[in-house]
Formats: sequence, structure tokens, C-alpha cells
Amino acid sequence: MIELKNVSKRLGGRDILKDLTLTIPKGVNFVLMGPSGTGKSVTLKHVIGIFKPDSGTVHVDGQDVPSMDRKQLMALRKRMGYLFQNGALINWLTVADNVALPLKEHSRLARSEVDDRVHEVLKLVGMDHAGKQGPPDISGGMKLRAGLARALVTNPEYVLYDEPNAGLDPIISHQIHELIAEVRDRLSVTGLIVTHSRACATQCGDRIGILEDGKLGIEGSVDEIIASDNPLARAFMGSGSD
Amino acid sequence: MNPLAGTTRFLGERTAGAGYVVNLLFRTLINLPRLPRRLRFLLDNSFNAGVRALPVTLVVAAFAGAILAMQTGIELRRFGNTNVLGTITALSMCREMGPFITGVILAATVGSSIAAELGTMKVSDEIDALEVMSIDPVDYLVLPRVIALAVMCPVLTVLSNLVGIFGGSVIAEQNLGVSPDLYWVGAVESLTSSGMLLPKEVYVGLLKSLIFGIAIASVSCAAGLKARGGALGVGLAVQTAVRNSVLLIIVLGFVITWFFYFLA
Repeated sequence: MIELKNVSKRLGGRDILKDLTLTIPKGVNFVLMGPSGTGKSVTLKHVIGIFKPDSGTVHVDGQDVPSMDRKQLMALRKRMGYLFQNGALINWLTVADNVALPLKEHSRLARSEVDDRVHEVLKLVGMDHAGKQGPPDISGGMKLRAGLARALVTNPEYVLYDEPNAGLDPIISHQIHELIAEVRDRLSVTGLIVTHSRACATQCGDRIGILEDGKLGIEGSVDEIIASDNPLARAFMGSGSD
Repeated sequence: MNPLAGTTRFLGERTAGAGYVVNLLFRTLINLPRLPRRLRFLLDNSFNAGVRALPVTLVVAAFAGAILAMQTGIELRRFGNTNVLGTITALSMCREMGPFITGVILAATVGSSIAAELGTMKVSDEIDALEVMSIDPVDYLVLPRVIALAVMCPVLTVLSNLVGIFGGSVIAEQNLGVSPDLYWVGAVESLTSSGMLLPKEVYVGLLKSLIFGIAIASVSCAAGLKARGGALGVGLAVQTAVRNSVLLIIVLGFVITWFFYFLA
């Protein structure tokens, strides 16, 4: 379970998070929405320990993330996957080498076992044909799928998705959403998904939280948020949104 | 703005920046035992540093040696003492000019490329991606670059020295009427007559180039890792890397010469 309690963070002279409290139970895809600049990505970076809160606490499975030393943080991160907006693939490695990177660095698997595992996750995301290509040679959607394969290759318990459909056309977006839902269902992975997209929230989310002014404006199941009269919920989940 | 507050802020930022570089270098040294795991990157970076900088280093070194011989020779000729031209050119190249030229060229070519590469990785979340995969960017990215430049800077310096001395010999013969035999005997004797394995001029020059290589790589990696704000940030990182590297080369060059020739 991921728990943020009264988290505040000031960046670049601006209060980004103000007393944010958020709980993400295990096994669900929690979708975090909100206007640009309200701290959605900053929230993700607190969960994985890239940022430390100015005040408040961040716990993952009861462990206090901000007080972890480097070793503990590395151990926590081995249990997490993170999908960046553009995939954030290492540019000079092939897709397969990018996906294999966490295994090569942290596991004692034989080369053939690494190759098998890489092939398995690339197949899961529909990228097994593109393992030998480099990141500059593939499309934005393929980069995201490769990034997702890299996030999943270590069998993480949690995956954090930072705008997994940013800049993608509706067809590719739909494929990514289905993939995120499949990851939850097949691998029992807990997901925290940052997005602006109603389609993403409805297709792969279980619960939705919408940030407003650095804190949670409204939270509920997908159906509850869709049915809500709350103006924030209407703005993001109303029929004319997306 | 209050000038005192501005100065304080400027000094504070510079001190923090220097502290970051020192911390980065310290973390790099701590990661040294992991170097065998980075052998492929080390070889790639060494090859890049050597091949990219070699042609321009040799051209500049040849002309620097020629200019040195020309300027010194003009004065020596007034006193009828051009027979020591080989000695002076060889010692000056090995002691100061070779390491300095190599350092500046490495800063401009390899240092700028390191800052641009790491800066681009930083602004496109690739560094954060390494962090969240529990891969230390210092171990993965900085260590092979620092060691590559620490090795390649002395190697290029030796080649610079040789080409610079050769450049001087051409001027000595063509313009100053010094016979090649006299020039080369002077040059070789000055570099071998100390009775030690290497004369002081050579090992001080090589020590300088080793330190220059480490400084250029550390400063450039630090600039890249601190980049932010897209293409503009990467541009500023490159500017910072080259400016600080050249500044450090000059200051460290002075300090090392002072230490070995006036203090030790």
C-alpha cells in the first residue's frame, strides 16, 4: 500500500503540493488527474524517493520513504517500475538492451535467462519484433511500450505511470491503456497512473483522485467520479472532456 | 539588487557548484572497484576521447611547438645561443605546453560532448530512469568517463609533446639555421639526463595531464547532471563545462608548477 499523509512540497518558489493525503491500496490502478502544474508527477517522484517532502510522510508498505538511506531506497526501487512520459530509454542502447538493463545490473541470471525474460516482456507489450532497434528509430508509442517492458522486467509490485498516453494518437493510446489494465490483471501489479485523459482513467483505472491546488480535490471509484456533480470531476470526467 | 546580497549569492552558488564537483569526484572514486563492470563503456569513452581529439591536438601541438621555437629562437639568435633551442622547446612542451594544449582541446571537444550528452539525458528523464532502476548514474555514467579521460589525457599529452618538439625542429632548421642534429641532441639530452626513469619535466607534465583529465571529466559530468530546462539548459551546461574546465586547467597548471618548482 502507498500512503501519503499531509505532504507539502515547494519547488521553484511555488507551493506544488499542499497537505496532500492519498492512499493507494494494493492491487488497484489508481488514476491521479488534475490540471497541469498541480503536482501529479511530483507526487510520483515522492513515492519513488526522487523528491523528499518538505513536510508530511510517504510510506510504501509501511516503510518511510523520505528517511531511507541510499541502500534502502535502491531496495525499494527494485520492487517498483516507473514509466516515464517519453519512455526515457537510454539512447545508445537497443530496445532489448534497455529492457535488460535492470536485470543485468541487479540479478545474477545467466545471459540466456536474461534474454528469455526480455523476450517475454517485449512480447507482452507487443514489441518482440523491435528488440534490436535503437530508441531514435522507433515511434513515441513504441518507446512507451519499451519503457513499460523495462518497468515490468523485474516483476515489480508497483508500477508508476507518468502520463502514459502523452502525445499519442487515440489508437495507440487505447493499446497502452489496455496494456496497463492487462498488467494489473495478469501480474497483480499496483498502479499509480498520472494522466489528463478521461479514456485512460476509464479504461485502466479502478479509483480516481483529482488534484486541485496541490491537494486531493475529489476521490472515488471510476463510476463515482463519472456520476459526481463536483465541478472538478465534471471538468475531467464529463462527457465533453478528454 | 543589493550588491552585497548579489555578491553573497554569487559566491554561495559558486561554492555549492564546486562542492558538487568535489562530491561527484569523491563518489566516483568510491565506485572505482566497479570499474571492471564498466569496461565496455570505458573502452568506448577512451576511444571517443582519443579519436575525437587526436587530429586537432596534433595540429595545434605542431604549431604550438613551431611558435615556441620561433619566439624563443628570435631572442636566442640575438645572443648567438640558438644551440639550446632543442632543449628549451622540449622542456617547455613537456612541462607546460603539451599538457595545457591537450587539456584545453579535450575540454572543448570531449568535455563539451560529455556535458551535452549527460545534459540531454538529464532533461529527457534518462538520469531519473537510471535512478528509479536503482542504477547509480555516477557508477554507470560518470566513472567510465572520468577514468577514460584520466587515461587518454596523458596519452594525448605524450603525442602532443612529440609533435610539438618536431614542429619546433622544422622552424629551427628552416628559419633559424639550427642543424637537426644539434636540435634533437639537445631535446633528447634534456629529457633523459636526469638519471631518473623520467625527468622531472616529463613526470610533472604527465601528472598535470592526469589531473587535467580528471578535472575536465568531473566538471563536465557535473554540468551535465545539473542541467535542467530543455535545450537551453543543455546549452548552458556545455558552456559551464568548457568555461570551468579551461579555468581549472589554468589554475591547476599554475598550482602544480608552483608546487614542484618552488615548494617541493
